[in-house]
Amino acid sequence: MSALATVARPPAKERLGALRRRRILALGGLTAALAVGVVLSIAIGAKPVPPADIWQALTAPTGSEHDIVVRSLRIPRTALGILAGIALGVAGALMQGHTRNPLADPGLLGVTQGAGFAMVLSIMVFDMTSLHSYIWFGLAGALLASAGVFALGTIGGKATATPVTLALAGTAVSAFLYALTSALVLLNEQAMDVFRFWQSGSIAARGEEVAWQVLPFIAAGLLLALANAPGLNTLSLGEDVARSLGQNVTATRAVGLVATTLLTGAAVAACGAVAFVGLMVPHMVRPLAGPDNRWLLPYSGLLGAAMVLFADVIGRVVAMPGELEVGVVLALIGAPFFVALVRRRKPVRL
Amino acid sequence: MRLQAIDVKLGYGDRTIVNGLDLGIEAGTVTTIIGPNGCGKSTLLRALGRLLKPMGGQVLLDGKRIDQTATKEVAKILGILPQAPTAPEGLTVADLVARGRHPHQSWYRQWSSDDESAVAEALDMTGLLDLAERPLDELSGGQRQRAWISMALAQGTDLLLLDEPTTFLDLAHQVEVLELVRRLHGQAGRTIVMVLHDLNLAARYADRLVAMRDGRVVAAGAPHEVLTEELLLQVFDLDAKVIPDPVAGTPLVVPIGTRHLPDRGTAAKETVST
Repeated sequence: MSALATVARPPAKERLGALRRRRILALGGLTAALAVGVVLSIAIGAKPVPPADIWQALTAPTGSEHDIVVRSLRIPRTALGILAGIALGVAGALMQGHTRNPLADPGLLGVTQGAGFAMVLSIMVFDMTSLHSYIWFGLAGALLASAGVFALGTIGGKATATPVTLALAGTAVSAFLYALTSALVLLNEQAMDVFRFWQSGSIAARGEEVAWQVLPFIAAGLLLALANAPGLNTLSLGEDVARSLGQNVTATRAVGLVATTLLTGAAVAACGAVAFVGLMVPHMVRPLAGPDNRWLLPYSGLLGAAMVLFADVIGRVVAMPGELEVGVVLALIGAPFFVALVRRRKPVRL
Repeated sequence: MRLQAIDVKLGYGDRTIVNGLDLGIEAGTVTTIIGPNGCGKSTLLRALGRLLKPMGGQVLLDGKRIDQTATKEVAKILGILPQAPTAPEGLTVADLVARGRHPHQSWYRQWSSDDESAVAEALDMTGLLDLAERPLDELSGGQRQRAWISMALAQGTDLLLLDEPTTFLDLAHQVEVLELVRRLHGQAGRTIVMVLHDLNLAARYADRLVAMRDGRVVAAGAPHEVLTEELLLQVFDLDAKVIPDPVAGTPLVVPIGTRHLPDRGTAAKETVST
């Protein structure tokens, strides 16, 4: 992708060489971390499968029990973990960039609670029982909630939604939808069960279809996000400077927020409330990428995917033969880590 | 006429700050807008640089309506540096200046040798080549301001609007920035419009002064025509003597105040006795 391959080149050639090498090295390192995550996610699980059998399942499946475990459980789970991790990592970086707020997370626009509410509603009203039918509702709910936040954020005399009005509207809409959801699940036991698991966040037992279902949304979101990176770079100098550099501020914001909604909506509809990854990951890669979003976004995506996979594997190992949901592990490991990170470095100004 | 405001009405929300103002900026001049706080000078500058859409009237850039020209095209002709801009942490001088090339780039054309040389030239002109790799947050106020001007220069426009480029700078750094502005004008005949607070520096470094009060232009012309004792009273409510600057011969404003008035000359004695 041309937007990624080219670094802004200051005149000092040696510096450019060093910087470029460092950035490509970091890209390689993160890709390697993700690859390790993929291997572990396929190799480790409640049922021990010898490496030779895994290899066989991947290359020449015969329909044995091990083949089925690998092909219909671990591979879809890994694929979904990669998709959700990339989506939430990139969405988090976009959100923090657009709001210039280091504490922004991808759920800021009401997306997460919108998805949860719509899923609960679909179970109660339409008696939806299969996971991949209510994922559609979750996705629709996420998009609708985000649209509602946009509408609210623009009301009140001002013609344009600013990051601040959007964040306020998003918080209000989230609280409102969460209250509705909580009230609904008290009335319906089945919805309560689904919601409980959805809320802790999991990539287990989703089946291959789910990854395929959300793939187009995540792919579209990623394309928009990468196209948004150079514009986001100019916006980070302030709206006035961005405008003075010929950037259409309104369009750039809109593209960024649509991308965030698609990415987050697809991820939370499929995996539940795991948006915390999106808050954490951009902070972890910022020392590597610097303030250049053309690098920060891909780095965040790669690390997001790696973290989801690692957390999922840990969740499978610590509670054998049962498992801990990935969202729980992410929060348990992530929160202290995040606190340490924030305390060690002084807070970033975006 | 490079830039022209015709009967513009400007404000934010319900608040009108400037009503029915006309102003023309001649090609190749350095114009400085002066006036008391809140008189609308920054508002006017923002409108001239299409950062603020007029509620009425129009702004013409080279005879064409600025709001009907694509913002990216405007960005190739006119650069505007807002007051006290902020950059994300860790951004280096070279990266900042490189972002000035944004209007000349697109998704299929990311970085060219033109960009390269424009950035090098901008850094050279502002004397920042040696500091190019330093993060902006590590620089002094004057250096940082030069870096922002350098970004606007890399944009490659021959029309530059600067909103209080000397705020928060000590006198030496103010002079340094204004010398730079004058050099930019001298080298390529750039047209420059600035907002300044220091009247003496404004008189020194501008070809033309525009004095504003309450959203109106009270006087416009050469510094010695505009900066008179009557005008200071009228625009700033300031009692002052205007004498020739011993170095440049431009008007020098000496405020009278009350402390040293000969008829109420007790002030000095009072300070001694208390």
